[in-house]
Amino acid sequence: MENYLILNTLNFPILSLLLIIPVVGAIVAMFLRGETLLKYWALAVTLVTTLVSLPLWTNFDKTTAKYQFVELRHWFPALKLDFVIGVDGISVLLVLLTTLVMPLCVLCSWTYIKTRWKEFVIVTLLMETAMLGVFVSLNTVLFYIFWEGMLVPMYLIIAIWGGARKDYASIKFFLYTFTGSIFLLVAIIAMFIKTGTFFIPELMDHSYSFAFQMWVFLACAIGFAIKMPMFPFHTWLPAAHVEAPVAGSVILASILLKMGGYGFLRFCLPMAPAATVYCMPYLLALSLISIVVGGYLALGQSDIKKLIAYSSVGHMGFVTLGIFLLNDAGIKGAMLQMLNHGVTTGALFILIGIIYERTHSRELSDNNKLGMFMPIYVTFLGIFSLSSLAFPGTNSFVGEFLVLFGAFQDFPLVGAISILGAILAAAYMLRMLQKMVWDDSDGHAHHGHDDHGDGESHALFDCNAREFIQLAFLTIFVFWIGLHPTPLLDMMDSSVAHLLHQIDAGSVMPEAVEHGSTHHALLENAGTWIKNLF
Amino acid sequence: MNTIITSKIIITMLIPMITGLLVMVSGKKPNLRDSWSTIGAILTFVSVLSFLPVIQGGDQLQFTLFELYPGITVKLNLDPLGTIFALVASFLWILASLYCVGYMRGLDEHAQTRFYVCYAVSVGAAMGAAFAGNLFTLYLFYEIVSIFTYPLVMHHQDKEGYAGAKKYIIYLMFTSKAFLLPAMVIIYVLCGTLDFNSASIAHGIFPADADRFVVGITYLLCLFGFAKAGIMPLHNWLPDAMVAPTPVSALLHAVVVVKVGVFSICRVMLSIFGTDILNETGLGLMTAYFVSFTILTASVIALTKTNLKARLAYSTVSQLSYIVLGVAMLTPNSITGGLIHIANHAFAKITLFFAAGCIFVASGKKDISEMGGLAKQMPFTMVAFGLASLSMIGVPPVGGFVTKWYLALGTMDIHNWILLCVLMVSSLLNAGYFVPVVLKAFFGKPLPADEGLTTSLEGRPLIMFMVIPLVITGVVSVLIGVYPNLFLDLINLMVKS
Repeated sequence: MENYLILNTLNFPILSLLLIIPVVGAIVAMFLRGETLLKYWALAVTLVTTLVSLPLWTNFDKTTAKYQFVELRHWFPALKLDFVIGVDGISVLLVLLTTLVMPLCVLCSWTYIKTRWKEFVIVTLLMETAMLGVFVSLNTVLFYIFWEGMLVPMYLIIAIWGGARKDYASIKFFLYTFTGSIFLLVAIIAMFIKTGTFFIPELMDHSYSFAFQMWVFLACAIGFAIKMPMFPFHTWLPAAHVEAPVAGSVILASILLKMGGYGFLRFCLPMAPAATVYCMPYLLALSLISIVVGGYLALGQSDIKKLIAYSSVGHMGFVTLGIFLLNDAGIKGAMLQMLNHGVTTGALFILIGIIYERTHSRELSDNNKLGMFMPIYVTFLGIFSLSSLAFPGTNSFVGEFLVLFGAFQDFPLVGAISILGAILAAAYMLRMLQKMVWDDSDGHAHHGHDDHGDGESHALFDCNAREFIQLAFLTIFVFWIGLHPTPLLDMMDSSVAHLLHQIDAGSVMPEAVEHGSTHHALLENAGTWIKNLF
Repeated sequence: MNTIITSKIIITMLIPMITGLLVMVSGKKPNLRDSWSTIGAILTFVSVLSFLPVIQGGDQLQFTLFELYPGITVKLNLDPLGTIFALVASFLWILASLYCVGYMRGLDEHAQTRFYVCYAVSVGAAMGAAFAGNLFTLYLFYEIVSIFTYPLVMHHQDKEGYAGAKKYIIYLMFTSKAFLLPAMVIIYVLCGTLDFNSASIAHGIFPADADRFVVGITYLLCLFGFAKAGIMPLHNWLPDAMVAPTPVSALLHAVVVVKVGVFSICRVMLSIFGTDILNETGLGLMTAYFVSFTILTASVIALTKTNLKARLAYSTVSQLSYIVLGVAMLTPNSITGGLIHIANHAFAKITLFFAAGCIFVASGKKDISEMGGLAKQMPFTMVAFGLASLSMIGVPPVGGFVTKWYLALGTMDIHNWILLCVLMVSSLLNAGYFVPVVLKAFFGKPLPADEGLTTSLEGRPLIMFMVIPLVITGVVSVLIGVYPNLFLDLINLMVKS
């Protein structure tokens, strides 16, 4: 077991602390009274978690694909079930993303959440533990516990603090994700029966028959595709996003959606490599459909939150596209795109929360001509919208470029279709930006500045210091990743190389090659075929 | 040729950006704000000028700012082609910033701070495009220009403004996302780098065994991706963008924005594809025929326009294609003719737009039919307008003649009489739409309402802010016709390499 792992060499158990601090924080919160105290407590706990997680960045060994900062405790010896947690190049950045986004979730709820602060703090902190747990688990049982553990807090966030149709949205969210997890559980048990271990690296190294791989792949893929969400399982997302409170939307967009991509990279690709290669064309097709359908639906939305929610479907399509290209640029691009989406879409939801607190509407037509009243807000809106449409120099561009590069390298046709998504992204984002910043085409101003005397009650004051800090913090990442992504890409390097090696080694099975090659040939020849037309 | 690595060349790009910031913070004090613009413009020009001796000595300046991925960097590289564009754009910015003061205050426009900020940043981004050392950097600045000129086009914030700006951004963003982005990715897949080959215009960066079909597709994607160049059928945004205030039309839609487009196409043709590959595949000649269509059609449309700015807009569409035509003929003479037209067209067309704006502010006239006898009231303006028209038509000794001379030589080098005819016919058409304007202004009958008005309209202080720049640009467009050596030498450095 030890040859997969590098035990934690820091003088404190960093990953366990990350899991424990929020839980302890939640328990203490039960005994605290007073809204203000609870707010500051939640902020303090999440900030401490962030600080504790920083050594993951500084002490991470980029040269190895092994799991690092590992903590190993024996748990159920009878089942060979150990408590083992660690991170590698694939998960470490997602852990950091989670710890960095959580304080923002508390900050953006500061005035947005008006009732039941105690419950909110407890649920949010438990959510943080569950999400971090998913990323650090190296054991399928542990993974599944945390995976399901996320479901309840998220359900509560939507169902308690949500909007008008919160019951519908929260139930839909719960049913969709839970259905997916059931399949995942089946796969986990099946693999245990086959191999007798729950330890993820060992499961990866075991070679299964092609038929078994197919079943495992399909079971996992459905669970992750729902979480992602990938077309045609995407319908829960807009509902959940629209009804969720701002913190819920940020958690959903920034972190929860990444679980799907992470799952693909951790389970499907390395454990069922032959099946992955076999299914690749279908998943590429689904990704392309997600990209185009997500973008197309976003184009027609008048509700800003729905617009961003559908844009997430499109962006996540780019992630799965990158993952299933199964080449270096594609996977790195997909991973970078997950981080970018976390930063950018998280920020966009924060921005929507800010404007919702002022105008109490999420309709585009109620929130226009903001450029005149809220210049700082509009500046940030501009930056993050441009980042979302993959403007060069911002974070998403790098991710999108790498995915496109991966696509054009192997399957030019796939690349050409995914360009449609890039065009649509520009279209819906610029439409939103144009309407919110300038346009007052329907002629009625809602803000009571000019004709109504009641301007005081919904006066459009610009961002305050708290809001400014959240947005400025995320802006740093937009430009940092956009102009200097090398440190991030370096961190992924060894792990991605290792993953590709696993796929290469695992997919050389006679039956798979036979099936896979016909599909490959089809995609590869599409270019030559078109060429022959001329 | 030596490549000198120096961080100094960032300055040229930074000055306009900093100017934008200073303008923003001093928005409440108009005099201070407007002097920042002028000072920024002068400093930008001086900084470009300071690099000129090195470039003339045959060296190039280079600096890499960021590395995104191996082969994809934000890299600046100043070579003769970039120098020409940067010199012209920064010099004209000085005059345009003075002109803006007269125009914006003369019409008492709203949101002037926003206007000046976007103006400065757009120029800065154009400088970045001129200095770009690889395709990614070029694309980056190309897109920044698109975004920051959007508020300028919709400046009036009325229905027309929104519609024009919407069309503008749709054309520019759609083409760059749909064509340029895949082109860039394909080039990266084929070549493993996006860096320009600035040492030689012959070879480009493609490996010798690159699939010629894919290269051809990529070339077409690039040609259509840079919609700012206004090549038909993607020219439609330009006339609609004329709803913008005239200084925007003048500097941006005659010099900065459209020139960024044309400059990018030239850059891609010469430094990415290289003349060898374009010659071998016949893409060069194909492009020449293709833009000939734009040259002629746009001129014919210009004849039908009675609004002065609309006529100038179509004239721009037509003239821009001269530049591409010259480069596409791929001979040293024609490339010289095409590239020198970047300067010649800039000086002449900005004079024409300045004059149109000046006429509008001074007399409120937009339509050519109203301008009878205007030269009596605005002699300086109309003389400069006349000079610039001569340059557009290509009469010696004004700048445009040098262009047409070299372009004609180019057509003879490749023994192509069709393209020679295109040049001749288009010169006639140019005369057809400019000469009536000048004749009308000098000898035409004034409108009944203006009958007998001979008082000068150019005496007011604010109007002086507009007349002086346009006289200077008019004179310069003659000067660069008489002494074209500065630009010719720079182009020779490229062509001869």
